[in-house]
Amino acid sequence: MRHLINILDFSPEELQELIDTANDIIADPAKYSQICRGKKLATLFFEPSTRTRLSFEAAMYELGGNVIGFSEANSSSAAKGESVADTAKTISCYADIIAMRHPKEGAPLVASQNATVPVINAGDGGHNHPTQTLADLLTIYREKGRFDHLTVGLCGDLKFGRTVHSLINALSRYEGLKFVLISPEELKLPSYVKKEVLRAQGIPYVQTTDLEGAMPDLDILYMTRVQRERFFNEEDYLRLKDSYILTPDKLQNARQDLSILHPLPRVNEISVAIDSDPRACYFKQVLNGKYMRMALILKLLKEAGTL
Amino acid sequence: MNIDAIQNGIVIDHITAGRGMKLYELLGLEKLDCSVAIIKNVHSVKLGKKDIIKIDADIPVNLDVIGYVDPGVSVNIIRGGQLVEKRRIDMPELLTNVIFCKNPRCITSVEQEIRHVFKLTDRKNKVYRCLYCETKAN
Repeated sequence: MRHLINILDFSPEELQELIDTANDIIADPAKYSQICRGKKLATLFFEPSTRTRLSFEAAMYELGGNVIGFSEANSSSAAKGESVADTAKTISCYADIIAMRHPKEGAPLVASQNATVPVINAGDGGHNHPTQTLADLLTIYREKGRFDHLTVGLCGDLKFGRTVHSLINALSRYEGLKFVLISPEELKLPSYVKKEVLRAQGIPYVQTTDLEGAMPDLDILYMTRVQRERFFNEEDYLRLKDSYILTPDKLQNARQDLSILHPLPRVNEISVAIDSDPRACYFKQVLNGKYMRMALILKLLKEAGTL
Repeated sequence: MNIDAIQNGIVIDHITAGRGMKLYELLGLEKLDCSVAIIKNVHSVKLGKKDIIKIDADIPVNLDVIGYVDPGVSVNIIRGGQLVEKRRIDMPELLTNVIFCKNPRCITSVEQEIRHVFKLTDRKNKVYRCLYCETKAN
């Protein structure tokens, strides 16, 4: 049974297959509008989420399927003390595929070990969020037409930012990449990511606190939010939350073909004045996320023999 | 120092000097009724000094524990006073319920029945990471 728990579960060829399917869906949505008729997606969200849950639900509806599930742990059997393993076994009896978000790291992996249907990790705490990476990848591909030979700036919370770690993992498999890591000292990319991913694969990177200084080199600027929920200490959050705010004047030295991405939701790290700039791609990214989730649901259901 | 040869049992040899007690504890050898000898700082041509554990019973031992604590150790199986099998123990790819994840954000911190599994992610530097949250083992 195939699942998507970590973005590295899929090879670059499989990711390209998803991108090709997503592009085909974009070109001809009618062709896919009834393909999952009679199939059910269970969205098991043990942690609040708006865009990811609705994106999964919209994806399944646009494939002609149905959705069951819950959107907070209090309305699930977890509130009665049921284990993730038992929940996964039970929901496998009701649904053809599961999308799970859970505050504890590794919970979707536990679910995948116990479910009899495909499980998609829709975010496990600060750990992985592979379908956000799918949205990021489709956006980069549609904007740049390639994944190789790009200079990618990652800005903001690079320590707790799960989307950043997943994106680095995914892109590290392509040639000619260079990363510019822009963050305050306290939120630098963890050393194990630098050592075990970047240095291990000989991928060049620079670390800086200077966003404007790094700007002229970038093909991609991936902004992130400093997430309150990842801090044990409120004081640290308040001190670091406004470290980087992207405003039009900071883009003065940026390339005309720069692509600005953000996993959203944003708080104030990208000024709304940037939204009308043609280089802003973050709302396209949201849409791309839905198309990639459609492609993912199709792939996993096909591999499970359900479609 | 003389330790009797064993008739049926296990000799864990070529243990890095000083790691014998740790292996003794992690293998749970204190629970055995049979004779168990830990010999420390034995002269070794190959290692200079080494520890040896002799277990006077043919019991199953967790080779993963041995490979994790001290890769390169030899496990000799003795039957009828003869050496019948000699194995060099390397680092295992997976470790189950040998070490435990201390990350409070990990699912294993709240669901007690989940086995604590660690995966070898960097053989050269002997790095194990939790299968669930990828936290590095200390």
